Amino acid sequence: MAHVHIPALLRAATAGREWVEAPGTTVGEVVAGLEELCPELQGRLVCEGRLVRGMAIAVDGEISSMGLLEPVDGETEVQFIAAISGG
Amino acid sequence: MSTSSYNVIGTRPPRHDGADKVTGRAIYAADFQMNGLLHGAMVRSTHAHAILKRVDTTKAAAFPGVVAVVTADDFPQTPDRIVDLGEGETPVSHLRGNVLAKGKVLYQGHAIAAVAATSLQAAEQAAKLIEVEYEPLPCVLTAVEAMAAGAPLLHGGDTNVTAHVHHAMGDSEAAFAGAAIVIEREFTTATVHQGYIEPHAATVLWNNDGRVNVWCSTQGSFVVRDVVSCLLDLPVSAVRVTPTEIGGGFGGKIPVYLEPVAALLSKKSGRPVRLVMSRRDVFEGSGPTPGSMMRVKMGADADGKLIAAQAFLAYEAGAYAGGMVGAGAMCVFAAYDIANQTIDGYDVLVNKPSTAAYRAPGAPNAAFATESVVDEIARKLKMDPLELRLRNASREGTRRADGPKFRRVGCVEVIEAMQAHPHYSAPLGEPSHAEAKRGRGVAIGYWFNIGLPSSCVISVNADGTANLIEGSTDIGGTRTSIAMQAAEVMGIPVDRIHPAVVDTDTIGYTGVTGGSRTTYATGWAAHDAAQDVIRQMKLRAAKLWQAEAVEFADGVFQAGERQMTFAELAGKMSETGGPVVGQASVNPRGAGGSFAGVIADVEVDTGTGKTTILRFTAVQDAGRAIHPSYVEGQMQGGSVQGIGWALNEEYWMNPEGRMMNASLLDYRMPTILDVPMIDTQIVEVPNPAHPFGVRGVGEANIVSPPAGIANAIRDAIGVRLYHLPMNPPAVAAAMGGQK
Repeated sequence: MAHVHIPALLRAATAGREWVEAPGTTVGEVVAGLEELCPELQGRLVCEGRLVRGMAIAVDGEISSMGLLEPVDGETEVQFIAAISGG
Repeated sequence: MSTSSYNVIGTRPPRHDGADKVTGRAIYAADFQMNGLLHGAMVRSTHAHAILKRVDTTKAAAFPGVVAVVTADDFPQTPDRIVDLGEGETPVSHLRGNVLAKGKVLYQGHAIAAVAATSLQAAEQAAKLIEVEYEPLPCVLTAVEAMAAGAPLLHGGDTNVTAHVHHAMGDSEAAFAGAAIVIEREFTTATVHQGYIEPHAATVLWNNDGRVNVWCSTQGSFVVRDVVSCLLDLPVSAVRVTPTEIGGGFGGKIPVYLEPVAALLSKKSGRPVRLVMSRRDVFEGSGPTPGSMMRVKMGADADGKLIAAQAFLAYEAGAYAGGMVGAGAMCVFAAYDIANQTIDGYDVLVNKPSTAAYRAPGAPNAAFATESVVDEIARKLKMDPLELRLRNASREGTRRADGPKFRRVGCVEVIEAMQAHPHYSAPLGEPSHAEAKRGRGVAIGYWFNIGLPSSCVISVNADGTANLIEGSTDIGGTRTSIAMQAAEVMGIPVDRIHPAVVDTDTIGYTGVTGGSRTTYATGWAAHDAAQDVIRQMKLRAAKLWQAEAVEFADGVFQAGERQMTFAELAGKMSETGGPVVGQASVNPRGAGGSFAGVIADVEVDTGTGKTTILRFTAVQDAGRAIHPSYVEGQMQGGSVQGIGWALNEEYWMNPEGRMMNASLLDYRMPTILDVPMIDTQIVEVPNPAHPFGVRGVGEANIVSPPAGIANAIRDAIGVRLYHLPMNPPAVAAAMGGQK
């Protein structure tokens, strides 16, 4: 089970929980598992198979380049963070 | 850490493009010439907010020498959609609307129409004949005003707030209740511009075969390609972008302004068209960094341990959504290990140009607030300000409020280097006159850096040299820092590699030169491409020697007693199978963050309020300094820009939204007369994710200077300033009444 960090604005969908454990071998599968556990998250993280606009995925503290295809395992931390570049 | 195990990395070879640049032979976008070239001129809005009732181009089109006139109506009116152009997702309507306004202008300087003529003079005169009828609307110029009830709305709806970022960790309210000291202050910063010396410029030829060729000054040739193809509804493969040399960008040359317009003019005229911004156009029509209002509250226990923090950040987005507050919210407390944090950030539309990235966008604003409050806490607790920072510094395992834990980072090492630097213990010296007061300030800052895709191809020549092609616009010597990483792998001197930045048809997709990513990511691609070369050359040696295994080290291939240098084996390419071409494309994660800090000594003239920087030391974790001179150059450049933020720079707007200081004379960037030699100290805490340990170094260095100078001014005069810039009138006013 991956450890998923729930963005603060979405914690109403997880009864206030900051972390939720969800099954899956990729981030995409983890999100699907998360949406089963917390139906109110549907469409809030992933919409029509893509991350919602302005959001990026960090896996174990590093911004993922593979997005929803990023592999995860039972010890992986998954965070949904602001998609930001730089100057 | 020592770099002695490397032959090339850590040395300071001359840059490959140096001779061209110092002799004036380098080709910049406005230098570009073609047969039949037409000159373009833009018409820009004279109002900050107005409905466009009529745009009549009839007289302009009839003016002698005019060949084409375009407005927003000339764009293909494709349905709106969200596009990902490598730097985040954006609605096509916003891209199109910012390039040429349709229906409404949202800032003074908003482009409305363009003319192409046989001379620049004819184009400019014809542009003046375009009749624009406006219906002026009330404008709103700051985030606070734009968030207020009843504020004019830029894009309809019921608010100018386009995004709310919220991070929460622990329970900050409860933790404040247990704090020995709590400080809460409000800060504001002005809109400032990147101030690149070379204005935006582009030449476009829409060929008869439907192919569009673009030559322009850009940080991201592939972004230009994608935006042009998107706005003109062309296949991506129909657009070729050649990046010319670039005279600075700092994030401001990531957005696309001129190229789609020049393409429309070229399509209409059948000839190549060049558009060049004036300095006024640059200030009024390109993207500055956001002005901001911030409220920061921090609490510490009696030992100086920070236990709670809250931030409210309201950043100007400019005319379109997608400002820098997300980065500000990510960075505002990132330098510290604080268990309880609440951060709220708001992206707010205002009637100013759509903001663009500017070197660690959003972070200098936030650090000005945080580092001022941290300084005040240290003063109240009578603690050394660096000791307080060290006690709370982020390190491996520290969790940021937005979720991620830091991997190996160098925040502690940067602070320790600042403590040990001779500057920190040197006497301030006596003031230069009776009304002068001196002070010293410190501050630290964080920027996260990015990865993004990069591609690199290396062709080996028979004489043992190599040609390296890549797609990253060279800023700050990146050609050489990329080539050095290839040279290290190939075991040859870097002057045996000729690097070239090529067009979008010639190299695989490469992200922008921005986000402190180029030496990191394109350097990684060069490392992998060089490894591909060595792999192939080992096979050639094996074929030549009929050997099963060939080793390679320090530029020499070896199998048993037989050995050949890289150059010797290169000379046998033809007989062993033909050309050797190595290539690699990467999309790396693990960019690693960079921490930086400054020590600033100032003298404040209490009679005039003028602040003089006496001594300035910049410290930064580079991971691994590939070319230390380039790292130092980035640190010095970021420091000088930060000094500009601190002391002088601002968009001076009148109530109608007109910028009143749109020239470099009046905008007042620092010159060589305003800054001392910036001392630099590179800290090397290698990034474990990169083959050579590289961290990006382009941005973190601008984060802490404004705060460090604010803290130095406080140390000098006993009064803290809460607004940037801290120019002479502001300092004089602050001394008139302590907040």
